[in-house]
Order: sequence, then C-alpha cells, then structure tokens
Amino acid sequence: MELTFCIAGGVAVLSTALMLTRLNLVHSLLYLVVSLLGVGVVFFVLGAPFAAALEAIVYAGAIMVLFLFVVMMLNIGSQSAEEEKRWLTPGIWTGPAILASLLLIEVAYLAGTGSFGSTTGSIGPKAVGMALFGPYVIGVELASMLLLAGLVGAYHLGFRTPEKPEIRHDADTDERRTDTSGDLVLAGADRPARTP
Amino acid sequence: MFSLGLTGLLVRRNLIFVLMSLEVMLNAAGLAFIAAGSRWHQPDGQVMFLFILTMAAAEVAVGLALVLQVYHRFKSLDVDMLSGMRG
Repeated sequence: MELTFCIAGGVAVLSTALMLTRLNLVHSLLYLVVSLLGVGVVFFVLGAPFAAALEAIVYAGAIMVLFLFVVMMLNIGSQSAEEEKRWLTPGIWTGPAILASLLLIEVAYLAGTGSFGSTTGSIGPKAVGMALFGPYVIGVELASMLLLAGLVGAYHLGFRTPEKPEIRHDADTDERRTDTSGDLVLAGADRPARTP
Repeated sequence: MFSLGLTGLLVRRNLIFVLMSLEVMLNAAGLAFIAAGSRWHQPDGQVMFLFILTMAAAEVAVGLALVLQVYHRFKSLDVDMLSGMRG
C-alpha cells in the first residue's frame, strides 16, 4: 500500500519537474498529462475513486485537450513538416510512455487485488453526493454560476472583433478618398495597420 | 508539488507555461484536500476537490481565451513584453 502510494507520487512529482524543464510546449504538455494521471492514481490509492475518475476525465481529458487545441492554434514550434517528423522519433515519447506504463501497471495491480483505500477506508461516490447536495448546496450553486461566468467570459474574450471600415470613413480626410478613386470600401486601406 | 508549480510560475516566461503551472498548483491543493479527507474519513475533502475542479476549468477557459487575444495582438507569448499595459 505504501509502496504504490510512493510510486504514484514519485511519478507525479518527477513528471512535473520534467514538464517544467522541457523547452517544447507539446513535450511539456505530455508530461503534464502524465503528472495529472499520477495524481489521479494517488487519489485512487488514498481511497477516493470518484475523485480519481474525475481527475482522469476532466483534468487529463478536457483541460489538456483545451491546452493542446490552443497550442495547435497558436502554431508555435511547428513550422514545417520535418519538425513533425522529428517529433515522431522515439526519443521524445519514451519518457512519458515509461511513466504512464508504470502507472498503468500499478492501477492494474490495485484493481486486481482490490485493495485500494484499505488503510483508511474508501469513500464512495454515494457519500460524496450526499455531502455535496446536503450541506454544500450553496457551494454547488456558486460553482454553477462561476462556470456560467467563465463560459460567457471565454466566449467574449475569444470573439475577435471584426474590422469596421465604415467607422473609419469618418476619420478620413478628403485627399485620401481621392487616392482610392472613389472606392469607399478601400478607404483607409493605405493607412498602416493599427498597432497596439 | 505546490512549490514546483510556484517555481514554474516564477521561472518561465511563457504564458502557456504560466497557466500550466497554475494547473499544477491547483492540483496540489486538491491533493491536500483529498489526503486530509481520507485521513479523517470525511467526504468533505472530495467536495472541496470538486469545487477546485470547477474553478480550474473556468479559469483555464478564460485564461486560454486571454492567451489567444494576447497572441493575436502582440504576436508573442512573452510575459515581459506585456508589462507595459497601456490601452
């Protein structure tokens, strides 16, 4: 029991340290996923299987996909195809693969023996649900409001404001309009792009 | 783990690394809650972990949207470039 806890915690801490020292963003994302999975296994060992499942699904699934999506959108460090070819060399994914397979072996061992939470006793999802909707109902409502605010805020920030050429016409001078030979849509196009 | 996340927050100068370090720190706080809850055999620790989880999800969504806006505006993810924040 102690051994499994120490292995999972060691994997989590080691992969976090490796995450911080990688230079490439995608490599450190891989290590971060392994670190989150290691923390999930620690939860499992501590007797909280519901929290372990949520950790694996929400953190390692959803949030990491969000990170990966943004990294791919920003297109940092992946200028061309040979870079991608270089990524597929086995030197890069062996580290996370070894750590993740260690975690997998440990989870298989724990599920085989069925001995999780044997030291302190496991707390099932039923007790968590009873506590969550018993004395913590106001917290649940606050969390739902926070999620709504986060959704609206992310949508508002992610919305790219479209350029409005018809507003810029008011600031244009007459000579610039004659420069564009009456094409009102292109008025103001000779200006330098607005820099922050 | 919390100190590792804090170190990452202070050392790295990339906005995405800063967000990932924040994730690590929130995760460490959740781990402390779970460990305390299992130590005293109460489900309150897991409830607190759920709240931390929802907060982290909302924070990451807003933070990544901000990162996108900053990248489109500054063409960089360097935090030091943003220190002079004038409209």
